[in-house]
Amino acid sequence: MTPLLDVKDLTKTYGGRVGCTDVSFRLYPGEVLGIVGESGSGKSTLLNCLAGHLPPDRGQVIFDTRAEGPRDVLTMSEPERRMLGRTDWAFVHQNPRDGLRMRISAGGNVGERLMAVGARHYGEIRAQATDWLGRVEISETRIDDRPSAFSGGMQQRLQIARNLVTGPRLVFMDEPTGGLDVSVQARLLDLIRGLVRRMGLSAIVVTHDLAVVRLLADRLMVMKDGHVIETGLTDQVLDDPQAPYTQLLVSSVLQV
Amino acid sequence: MSDYNFAYLDEQTKRMIRRAILKGVAVPGYQVPFASREMPMPYGWGTGGVQVTAACLTPEDTLKVIDQGADDTTNAVSIRKFFEKTADVAVTEKTAEATIIQTRHRIPEVTLTEDQILVYQVPMPEPLRFLEPSEVETRKMHALQDYGLMHVKLYEDIARHGEIATAYSYPVMVEDRYVMSPSPIPKFDNPKLESAALQLFGAGREQRIYAVPPFTKVVSLDFDDYPFDPSKAPHPCALCAAEDSYLDEVITDDQGTRMFVCSDTDFCADRRAAQEGEAA
Repeated sequence: MTPLLDVKDLTKTYGGRVGCTDVSFRLYPGEVLGIVGESGSGKSTLLNCLAGHLPPDRGQVIFDTRAEGPRDVLTMSEPERRMLGRTDWAFVHQNPRDGLRMRISAGGNVGERLMAVGARHYGEIRAQATDWLGRVEISETRIDDRPSAFSGGMQQRLQIARNLVTGPRLVFMDEPTGGLDVSVQARLLDLIRGLVRRMGLSAIVVTHDLAVVRLLADRLMVMKDGHVIETGLTDQVLDDPQAPYTQLLVSSVLQV
Repeated sequence: MSDYNFAYLDEQTKRMIRRAILKGVAVPGYQVPFASREMPMPYGWGTGGVQVTAACLTPEDTLKVIDQGADDTTNAVSIRKFFEKTADVAVTEKTAEATIIQTRHRIPEVTLTEDQILVYQVPMPEPLRFLEPSEVETRKMHALQDYGLMHVKLYEDIARHGEIATAYSYPVMVEDRYVMSPSPIPKFDNPKLESAALQLFGAGREQRIYAVPPFTKVVSLDFDDYPFDPSKAPHPCALCAAEDSYLDEVITDDQGTRMFVCSDTDFCADRRAAQEGEAA
């Protein structure tokens, strides 16, 4: 089976400081990979390099494109990469304000990707936006409201709808539940899990919250100081951590 | 006359502006940066248009200047006087007699010909500006033809108002490549952008020149189910009874009385003269 994403020796440094070094992994279709680690461990740098937001210093990110099979994303031209960014890829930001257009209605937000790939029929765009708002449990009556009138949880769900509307195959998530209270977090996780399973999405989820990866991720990568120090199945890593840092991480989780 | 170089600007500046114009003509709809000069008038009064006009003028030209369609408003009168003084060219109010027409916010009703140049004053050349504040990003969007955002704006219009409520500065696609702001002309004038005349756009403060060469394809953006509609006030002109010209609403007293008259004063005067001729 061809991996959807094949990352080889990805390295990014900021001057003398290390962002992430020699990260290699494969992501197969339908798989959810969790990346955990403390703040400053390089997980966001890695995600941004993968998603094309940051140019890495070294390495390859080979994506299995629909039309031409596996191709190195880093050597693609800018238009190709942008096209990928709004069709097959999706990026869910930690702060919905970074991923939404706050001055444009919810419907416009969801429709933007459709219009960017050439949809020119208002009725159809609106129907799809309505459908997607329903799927992320936002009432149809809010379609013309601006995201600034939404609660934090709704904004995050709207951001997810906006990203999934073009039927992407790979979703990057940066702390998707960050800054939400626990009950809202739980519902959002439920929703993401349902969407990932139903649409057969592959996803890379960056988080420092072990509960999130426990629920969402099939496999886990633990990062520290820019290095991957442990990988494995989620339950295996969390229940039987091998690296000292992972043991510390797992034992640091507060029990209620 | 010897007090000024011909048409105010020095020859090197005019060459620089002509180079920008030529590049603009070569790449229709593309905004060419140019080193806009200080002009003896405030920004917003047409400094860009004046510089383009100055670079195009020859001593044999006949100049017409209109402001919102009218020949007799402050802006139009001042600019016309400016070129009478600095270039000593012939001026006219007759659209058909002019070789260069500088305009603010209108296209004349009379169909323009291949021998004419229409110069627009542009306050805001970037059609994506209010959607994307970063100039770096808007330039990238133009370069990559990444124009989905423009339709998001139109979508918002329909969602909020039930129709595309943008009434002026209505975005157009030029030659299937660049999205362009036609300057704040009413959308009624958009179909006239496909013209036999050369159309030049100058934005002084924003330092941009762009162009629509004669017979270039110019399409107003729209949705399949909400097609472009060049609307106007549903009245005939109160003075010349024209049904097909763009109208200004003029309030005539403090009782709410109003009349609709042609915004193109020359067009209206011509029609009235012809009507009087027929009656006599």
